[in-house]
Amino acid sequence: MGGHPFLADGVDFGDVILAVVLALVALVLTLVMTMLMVWFERKVVGRLQNRIGPNVAGPFGLLQTMADGMKLLFKEDLIPAKADKVLFVLAPFLAVVPAFLTFTVVPIAGDFSNGGSGSSTLPGFLGSREFLWQVADVPIGILFFLAMSSLAVYGIVLAGYGSGSKYPLISSVRATAQAISYEAALGLSLAAVFLVSGALSTNQIVLNQVAEGYGGFNFTRWNVVTTGLIPFIVFLIAATAELNRPPFDLVEAEQELVGGFHTEYSSFRFALFFLAEFMNTVTMGGIIVTLFFGGPSGPQLLPLGAFMGFIWFFLKLMVFLFIFVWFRATLPRVRYDQLMDLGWKVLIPISLAWLLMLGGLQLVRSGDLSFVDSTSADLVIVIALGLAIGLLGYAMLNAAIRTSRSERLAEEGLKLIAPKSQDSESLAGHQTGTTQGGH
Amino acid sequence: MVDAIVFIVSAIIILGGAVGVIFNQNPVHAALSLIASFFGVAVLFILQEVHFLALVQVVVYGGAVVVLFLFVIMLLGVEEIERFDDEPIPGQRAAALIGSVLLLGVILAGLFLSGPGGNRGAVALTGKPSQMVPLTTDPNVVQLANDLFTRNVFAFEATGLLLTIATVGAVVLVKNRGGEDLVVDEPGTSVR
Repeated sequence: MGGHPFLADGVDFGDVILAVVLALVALVLTLVMTMLMVWFERKVVGRLQNRIGPNVAGPFGLLQTMADGMKLLFKEDLIPAKADKVLFVLAPFLAVVPAFLTFTVVPIAGDFSNGGSGSSTLPGFLGSREFLWQVADVPIGILFFLAMSSLAVYGIVLAGYGSGSKYPLISSVRATAQAISYEAALGLSLAAVFLVSGALSTNQIVLNQVAEGYGGFNFTRWNVVTTGLIPFIVFLIAATAELNRPPFDLVEAEQELVGGFHTEYSSFRFALFFLAEFMNTVTMGGIIVTLFFGGPSGPQLLPLGAFMGFIWFFLKLMVFLFIFVWFRATLPRVRYDQLMDLGWKVLIPISLAWLLMLGGLQLVRSGDLSFVDSTSADLVIVIALGLAIGLLGYAMLNAAIRTSRSERLAEEGLKLIAPKSQDSESLAGHQTGTTQGGH
Repeated sequence: MVDAIVFIVSAIIILGGAVGVIFNQNPVHAALSLIASFFGVAVLFILQEVHFLALVQVVVYGGAVVVLFLFVIMLLGVEEIERFDDEPIPGQRAAALIGSVLLLGVILAGLFLSGPGGNRGAVALTGKPSQMVPLTTDPNVVQLANDLFTRNVFAFEATGLLLTIATVGAVVLVKNRGGEDLVVDEPGTSVR
């Protein structure tokens, strides 16, 4: 399952220096990208809302994020009297550190054309070491990402509880429930990628998606195609919910909860939360690109070697960052029970069913399972069976949900009536047992 | 040498976390010490070259189990100060002492007596895959899957069934059976 090329046998001083340099580069890169991401979001949301966005600090408002950061640094740092000091101080760091750590397994550059493995060699005077364009290529890279996103929950939980006041506590409980619900969907769609790639290491996953033929423009090996489209869509929705980004941002719903879990935070601690959210966004975009869209691999349009990989990675990343910002600007916020319904009753069954079907397809493709003697007929049989069972499962799930809802409403003397028309649907959804109409 | 240093540091973290769980007066701080302990265990797993288990440890224990602990603590408002002088069941401390001695005996027996031919005793229990007589060179996940779904499939399925029963039971237990003061938060538009 591979490992970093320079940890093969023995580690010496040069290797340690290389590791430190890679980590520093990743740190600087995440910070700069976070800064640019904040600017990008404010500009794009502004334009989508028919206004200009920040344009005062620096050319095109590029230094706005730095100005905000410096303002936050100079504000008064206060800790509420009823706050639990240990938790209050610890929480922002628990939010930021996993965001940094996840970026260490994302490959940001590399030459994957013509069967290249994406590794580059340092020049002779630096020791001719081989290295990959990521901080670490652990054999279980994707699981590391899942572990870090599980840890990011703690920042929110402890911030809300440690603040010692009502609104943050409510918000953090909601946020925790949201995060752990969508982690399941995230993990299941990751399992689909793992099933198709056969490897957990991010370098191996990128290698399995490198285009063959058509001058490098053959995109049918990208995981978004080989897993079917569904795991990618589930992953995108679950990622948006994990990041607490709109439309799933009721955690920080300013209109309802004042500020959510970071209400009581000011100055640098708040800046850390802010930073963590955008850093997570950039990292999640990087993970999506790596898992589903081939990462830094792409045709060598310009003869730049490994740096061409960086250009491809950056372009693909920008597409997804724009999609995230687009979601923010256009979609209204989802209500809490709708969010829970979506996570548990829609995303998890779909990703589970798809995973089972992909497993069947893998067996057929590898020749371990055959009903008839031809592979294409087998594929058709497996897909037809999968769809039939999936539809049956969906029908049963729907029936169960409807039954439980009507039973619950019957207990309270309410009745379920079907909406008659568009405008009366929102007002007359329920009718009480007596003839006093709805709201 | 590096192995020994990593082992000592993570052992300190694990034991420190465990002591923190026992002696912390604030239950949330105790839960955080538990997380530290789990991280130490994950590092030990990596030392033993089972990276998959290390991360599954972090995801499942650190990322889900302790989060649910915190949920319960935060929502039920556990009292912060516990009295350590009570002994609810008479003789429970003596029984705990005897139990831990027996546990130590089991561990020592495992250390000296376990393992198939080629990997005996301590090597079978604590050796790294690269130091042992190799039974297979498959990656972690493949070995685990082979073992789990062939030799131990019955236990695996039974565990899954047990977890499902627990979930269903939990839902049934909290189901409100026709209470009069049902505070309904039902918005008027959720009919689909």
